Amino acid sequence: MPLLSVTDLRTYFHTRSGVYRAVDGVSFSLERGETLGIVGESGSGKSVTCYSIMGLIPTPPGRIESGTAIFDGVDLLHCTPTQSRAIRGKRVAMIFQDPMTSLNPYMRISDQLIEPLLIHENLSKSAARQRALAALESVGINDPDKRINLYPHEFSGGMRQRVMIAMALITKPELLIADEPTTALDVTVQAQILELIKKMQRELGMAVIFITHDLGVVSGLCDRVQVMYAGRIVESADTRTLFHSPRHPYTRALQRSIPSLQPKGTELYTISGMPPDLSKPLPGCGFSARCEHATATCTATTPALANLSPTHAQACLRVQAGELL
Amino acid sequence: MTSPTSSPSPAPILELRDVKTHFPISSGFLFKRHVGTVKAVDGVTLSVARGEVLGLVGESGCGKSTLARTILQLVPTTGGTVILSGQNLTTSNTSDILAARRDLQMVFQDPYASLNPRMTVFDTLAEPLLVHGVCRPADINARVAALMRTVGLAPRFMQKYPHEFSGGQRQRIAIARALALEPKVIIADEPVSALDVSIQAQILNLLAQLVRKMNLSLVFIAHDLSVVKHISDRIAVMYLGKIVELGRAADVIERPRHPYTRALVSAIPTPDPDVERTRQRIVLPGDPPSPINPPSGCAFHPRCPYAHEICKSSVPPLAPFEAGRDVACLRTEEISAL
Ligand SMILES: Nc1ncnc2c1ncn2[C@@H]1O[C@H](COP(=O)(O)OP(=O)(O)OP(=O)(O)O)[C@@H](O)[C@H]1O
Ligand SMILES: Nc1ncnc2c1ncn2[C@@H]1O[C@H](COP(=O)(O)OP(=O)(O)O)[C@@H](O)[C@H]1O
Ligand code: SF4
Ligand code: SF4
Ligand SMILES: [Mg+2]
Ligand SMILES: [Mg+2]
Repeated sequence: MPLLSVTDLRTYFHTRSGVYRAVDGVSFSLERGETLGIVGESGSGKSVTCYSIMGLIPTPPGRIESGTAIFDGVDLLHCTPTQSRAIRGKRVAMIFQDPMTSLNPYMRISDQLIEPLLIHENLSKSAARQRALAALESVGINDPDKRINLYPHEFSGGMRQRVMIAMALITKPELLIADEPTTALDVTVQAQILELIKKMQRELGMAVIFITHDLGVVSGLCDRVQVMYAGRIVESADTRTLFHSPRHPYTRALQRSIPSLQPKGTELYTISGMPPDLSKPLPGCGFSARCEHATATCTATTPALANLSPTHAQACLRVQAGELL
Repeated sequence: MTSPTSSPSPAPILELRDVKTHFPISSGFLFKRHVGTVKAVDGVTLSVARGEVLGLVGESGCGKSTLARTILQLVPTTGGTVILSGQNLTTSNTSDILAARRDLQMVFQDPYASLNPRMTVFDTLAEPLLVHGVCRPADINARVAALMRTVGLAPRFMQKYPHEFSGGQRQRIAIARALALEPKVIIADEPVSALDVSIQAQILNLLAQLVRKMNLSLVFIAHDLSVVKHISDRIAVMYLGKIVELGRAADVIERPRHPYTRALVSAIPTPDPDVERTRQRIVLPGDPPSPINPPSGCAFHPRCPYAHEICKSSVPPLAPFEAGRDVACLRTEEISAL
């Protein structure tokens, strides 16, 4: 049985300028210990997918219109507050691009690290402090017994990210959801944080959902990757297959527009146009307006993910019809 | 000072000689005391040829934007000279600098912040044309339309406001504004960093095409090395206010010589799982240091895997190491022989 199984998730935002179908029928599952990458351009619904699982969608304007997210037998989208507290923030933890999303600027790091232990694990204050010190040490913060008394603003960007990771991992979660945790960091600091996430994953054996728009980050970190476009998953495969034999036209186009894969001095491959407006009806394939292979069928039928092999699924109608190689 | 060899022939359009931009830092609420100096740019010598793209890379806070603002004389220069088409901007008076800005334009990372939200595309593009009197009022419409076409925007969007455009389109407007006065040099500070890959590729193509067509010189600042490699002829790597390596773009990325460039290159994640899984990554210890109290000697020594005793006391100059490559490291020979 998978650790997490999401089925037909739809999350819409009902705003004055219309209904934004941010996530529109997303299904996927994740095994224990597995690392799943979710990639896609900004606005494709990566964060909203994970916020929905974590119960972080602001309601209103947001509303989960349909779907289930079963974590170890409990549907996170329809569970009691008691069930939610036992899982979210403890067995499933989340880290963000901006560490200040989860750190309280007015509280010392020590109190912020200790609080979840007092709530979730009934530890004594001194035992909790010991765990907090060990957690800081494990994410590579030197002199933890001095630094634990500092406030978040007294740390550098990379260090704040480490503190947030320490805080997310302090309850030894079975699933970590990481929403672009390295996007705002320098490459050298990004390399440190990615190594850290890999190390913690090995030590705790946890599963990871890693959201990013950077295909490079995914390639070294993830077992499996799924590509999102306009609120839907368009392709999902083990990492090698996704990089070496992507089939969906969007995945292929995305890969072809990465500068490092193209020789210097050549015109870069580009995808024309822009992602669609999610508040407008989107008949058929969401990529059709930009797809160089689109035909009349593409705007008439809504594609669904279909397996090409047990580990590879994609949602292009023409690939499914055998018309595109 | 040794003069770097990799200066491009012919005569450069833009030249920096030992440029320094320091900021005083003061503390205290009522009685400001001078407590130190941020050496944001600390002795940069560089030149850019006509039609050349010079990439400038380095970690956050290393001084890239300050160097850009120094070239445009938007901040007071502490020392050294900035020369544009033979004119020394550091000794010019305000009106001469304003005149020079016609030849020297800037594009920023966040077009939303750099465009006036209450001005239509037409107003934004017409303003520099009218201020500098470069075309007759009767011709303004045609000029604005031509500019919009140059950057791939349909002239029918002329009366729209910045918020009605996507990030990529706003960056096109910012580029059009920079081009309005037909400058010789454009300084682009992280122009694609805020854009998605597919949109980023469109803007990079546009910039490369403009450089070619208009024989523009471009100083392209970014932290994404693969983007910089693609667009640049040469790359300068900056660390804590100083250039530590300078050379031809492909060479610098494929055969980095300075230990910092080596680490920077090795930190870029590549979109190939087979490469990623087998390669050895140099993970630098610690954070980039603060330019307020830079380490002594070679400023990179606390993080450098090759540091020796001498690195703590001697400042390495940027010196020619091989044809077309300058490196500021005391141990380049030994490290290259490893
Ligand atoms: N007006 C100023 N007063 C004091 N310090 C400044 C000022 N402007 C910049 N600095 C400092 O100078 C250093 C270099 O800053 P700069 O903005 O040039 O970095 P950068 O390389 O562009 O970084 P990023 O990649 O984050 O844009 C930083 O330490 C910064 O805090
Ligand atoms: N609070 C909100 N109100 C209205 N729309 C929202 C809200 N949060 C997200 N959205 C919309 O949902 C879509 C998907 O967003 P998101 O999941 O954040 O994308 P990303 O893939 O970049 O993480 C976007 O169109 C975004 O504008
Ligand atoms: S379904 Fe049609 S529009 Fe969509 S990706 Fe396939 S060919 Fe392109
Ligand atoms: S001078 Fe020394 S510390 Fe600096 S880069 Fe070279 S080896 Fe490293
Ligand atoms: Mg997001
Ligand atoms: Mg900057």
